[in-house]
Amino acid sequence: MSTLAASHRLSATALRRALNGAPLWSVAVVTCIAALVLAPLFSLVRIAAQGEATLWAQVTADILPAALLDTGLLLGGVALLTGIVGIGAAWLVTAHRFPGHRILAALLPLPLAVPTYITAYIYVEIFDAAGPVQMALRSLMGWSSRGDYWFPEIRSVYGCVFVMSAVLYPYVYLAARLMFLTQSASMIEVARTLGASRYTLFRAIAIPLARPALAVGLSLALLESLNDIGASEYLGVRTLTVSIFTTWLNRGSLAGAAQIACVMLAIVLALIVMERRGRRDRRYALSTRRPRVTQPVDLSGRQRWLATLFCALPVVMGFVLPIAFLLREVFRRGLAEQIDEAFVGHLLTTVGLSGAATIATLAFGIVLVTASRLARLRLTKAALAIAGIGYAVPGTVLALGLLTPLVALDTSLGSLWRALTGERIGLVLMGSAGGIVIAYLIRFLPIATGSLSAGLERVSTGIEDAGRILGARPRELVLKIQIPLLRPALASAALLVFVDCIKELSATLLLRPLNTETLATLVYGHASRGAFEDGSLAALVIVLVGLAPVIQLVRSAETGPGKAGSAGSRGGTMPSFRAGAEKSAPQAPKTVSFRAPLSRPRNDMAIFPTRRSSARSAAPP
Amino acid sequence: MGAAVLGTLAASTLSASAQGVVNVYTNREPGLYSATLDEFTKATGIKVNAIFSEQGLAERIKAEGENSPADVLITVDIGRIQEAVDLGITQPVKSEVLNGAIPAQLRDPEGRWYALSMRARAIYASKDRVKDKAINYEDLADPKWKGKICTRSFQHQYNIALTAAMIVKHGEAATEEWLKGVKANLAKKPSGGDRDVAKDILAGVCDIGLGNTYYVGLMTNGTNADQKKWAEAINVILPTFKGGGTHVNVSGIAMMKNAPNRENALKLMEFMTSPEAQRVFADVNYEYPVRPGIEINPLVKSFGPLQAEEMSLAEVAKNRAKASALVDKVGFDR
Repeated sequence: MSTLAASHRLSATALRRALNGAPLWSVAVVTCIAALVLAPLFSLVRIAAQGEATLWAQVTADILPAALLDTGLLLGGVALLTGIVGIGAAWLVTAHRFPGHRILAALLPLPLAVPTYITAYIYVEIFDAAGPVQMALRSLMGWSSRGDYWFPEIRSVYGCVFVMSAVLYPYVYLAARLMFLTQSASMIEVARTLGASRYTLFRAIAIPLARPALAVGLSLALLESLNDIGASEYLGVRTLTVSIFTTWLNRGSLAGAAQIACVMLAIVLALIVMERRGRRDRRYALSTRRPRVTQPVDLSGRQRWLATLFCALPVVMGFVLPIAFLLREVFRRGLAEQIDEAFVGHLLTTVGLSGAATIATLAFGIVLVTASRLARLRLTKAALAIAGIGYAVPGTVLALGLLTPLVALDTSLGSLWRALTGERIGLVLMGSAGGIVIAYLIRFLPIATGSLSAGLERVSTGIEDAGRILGARPRELVLKIQIPLLRPALASAALLVFVDCIKELSATLLLRPLNTETLATLVYGHASRGAFEDGSLAALVIVLVGLAPVIQLVRSAETGPGKAGSAGSRGGTMPSFRAGAEKSAPQAPKTVSFRAPLSRPRNDMAIFPTRRSSARSAAPP
Repeated sequence: MGAAVLGTLAASTLSASAQGVVNVYTNREPGLYSATLDEFTKATGIKVNAIFSEQGLAERIKAEGENSPADVLITVDIGRIQEAVDLGITQPVKSEVLNGAIPAQLRDPEGRWYALSMRARAIYASKDRVKDKAINYEDLADPKWKGKICTRSFQHQYNIALTAAMIVKHGEAATEEWLKGVKANLAKKPSGGDRDVAKDILAGVCDIGLGNTYYVGLMTNGTNADQKKWAEAINVILPTFKGGGTHVNVSGIAMMKNAPNRENALKLMEFMTSPEAQRVFADVNYEYPVRPGIEINPLVKSFGPLQAEEMSLAEVAKNRAKASALVDKVGFDR
């Protein structure tokens, strides 16, 4: 310990020492957050354990094999397709020049704004046997019935792979593009000097470089596919999530459903491990210098147009076609008239719920991340890791697990209130928007913590050390140093959490209070009445609102790859990539200009052994 | 903004426990009977608050316990209403009005649930390609339909109820064979909804399929011009069990054990079975009214006279879990 640090510690109370410099309240809050995230999971496991022994035998014999097969096919297919499209397109637009490459680079992430269930509804309308495509084919070719020709069935596991990949490939694309932008320049130039062919470049440089990005992007795409209920059920795919529902509802067996949910959580954990490994690989691949941008080369002849086609197709499939369909329905059916008082009310509810959840999520995220950074305790680290679980739990499973703890909380709030005032207040959380906001909070907290910790890790801890030396208290460290530095990361996290809340369907359906419609439940209501087109307006609004953060991500990624370069966030939670932390890299505000002189020299590892190399990759050149 | 909206939401919940409201939890899309609910508010001045979710409402009410705001649960089929009874969240209702309006086989003897409307599980058959006018449910397993049948998932509650009725009629072993036979006849993997069956018949994917009667009315008179074409492509056949009647399912209503607005809930239940409300079910929703003496819609009448199966619906509901297990066992949806 350095004498300075030691004297700082001596002045603190024994408790403060135990807390390693973090304020007590923050550690308490952190513990509560971890408990909040774990509560639904515990309640789920408890329900599962209540099942009779014969039930598990039935579940394993009749349900799991088929569900695992469908889930496996779906995940495998999505991995393959999003991998090929994501990496291929990223490599093409980053290392090559061809017609439209610049605009395509910006358009490729847009499908991220479209929820998978909406895409599924739309593609069934377009591609199934009575849809415009097959009808046109039949009248063109003179076929009379479906039996006269072969056409891929959209309502199948392969159709589902296609639908999901069309919307989810941007996760891989964004990860891979960032990797190519920031790390390949010198390698590619050296390889080119040595006379490597384009193919060799791709095989020997692009693929190995993309591997970690692939792991990060893919695990997010796969988690989304695994969690999805709307699209897969609509397309007749019996995934684990779909099986959870049929077991629960038709057999009246909540325990059986919870058992399947536990199997699913095991798969989720495997995906998280996969992502962690990818992330670990990425760390050593990082350059500490500000990377240069790859100089793209011109493609020639036919290759140019093939490249354009390869990159344009996913944009058309994942974005242009769905948007065009929704617009057409809105105009053709005069749905603009639906914009009445009620619709505006639902829109405001959606925005209000999402806004409240976003504020809560960011507040909790800041506490978690800053406490973890200041305290560096096992406890706070564990809390940060636990906070990452929420994203991995499917919305409905989360809602199911939340019911019991929420009502328990409600009941104790109710008795407390009655003891204090003598009045009954009923269910405060479940009866109000509180329940949904808590569900959103648990589900999307990892996006905030991922983004914020990645943002903070890029800042040398030297700043805080300097603050402490100058006598700053922890609160001041957080308010005056960390939060200002985090502002850009906060902005991008806020946008992403907000949009995810707006898109969220399954937990909203189950936990919303009376008379509460969000845009997503509105679309769902129409669809479950067999009239999805009537919900086109709500669907269109969801997509348009979702576009804002995607565009913001694209802009920040495209404007300064050099500045946005420090892709390596160490050990952050799962969706940190998606959280846009890397994409919209918190470009340090002006106040950080004093960072360089204050940043620690490399050998400081010996002085602060607990501090590991967190700021290493972030050290400015 | 967020805070303001939350405030409004909280206020609306608090007022929900005041006079003049009734809180409806439903897994039937309220758009399908909102006309009835509007009529109720107009007639009584009682405001109807609703929450719709296809899944999990009974579980939610159970978890909410004695503080639950739920007054009544309206379900889309007999299975769900039985589930609510089994979970112990309902309370019996004694009402001369209800008993007078609803025939005994369409309500629980103890008054824990009442049917509101009926629909038959019918067969949609291609106008062009199917000449048979009489098809039994049992016939669906006949190899002559190989590659010609479409259906939604057999884990869907409508098909589960049909399968459960088959179990009541012929026993578990025969039902398993029947399921295997129907599966072997499928033209494609079960998916979509009942309307998609009509759509697929129009497109020539299959010749016959299972669908509820009221969808035909909704497709014919709905706002979507495409759906009209689907309905025009099919004939509706009311099948029977061999030596029995047509399988009917009901939408039902039950009062919740901890209903905070019991009187209003009872008023709503009685209103839903009144002649005016039953006419709405018949004419707006193309269902069979449960109240005797109410005219069915002419379109529905054109399907032919309905000879409903006489087995007790409670018996059907009891066999739901068995039916679901069988469907999984034969891998029907795979």
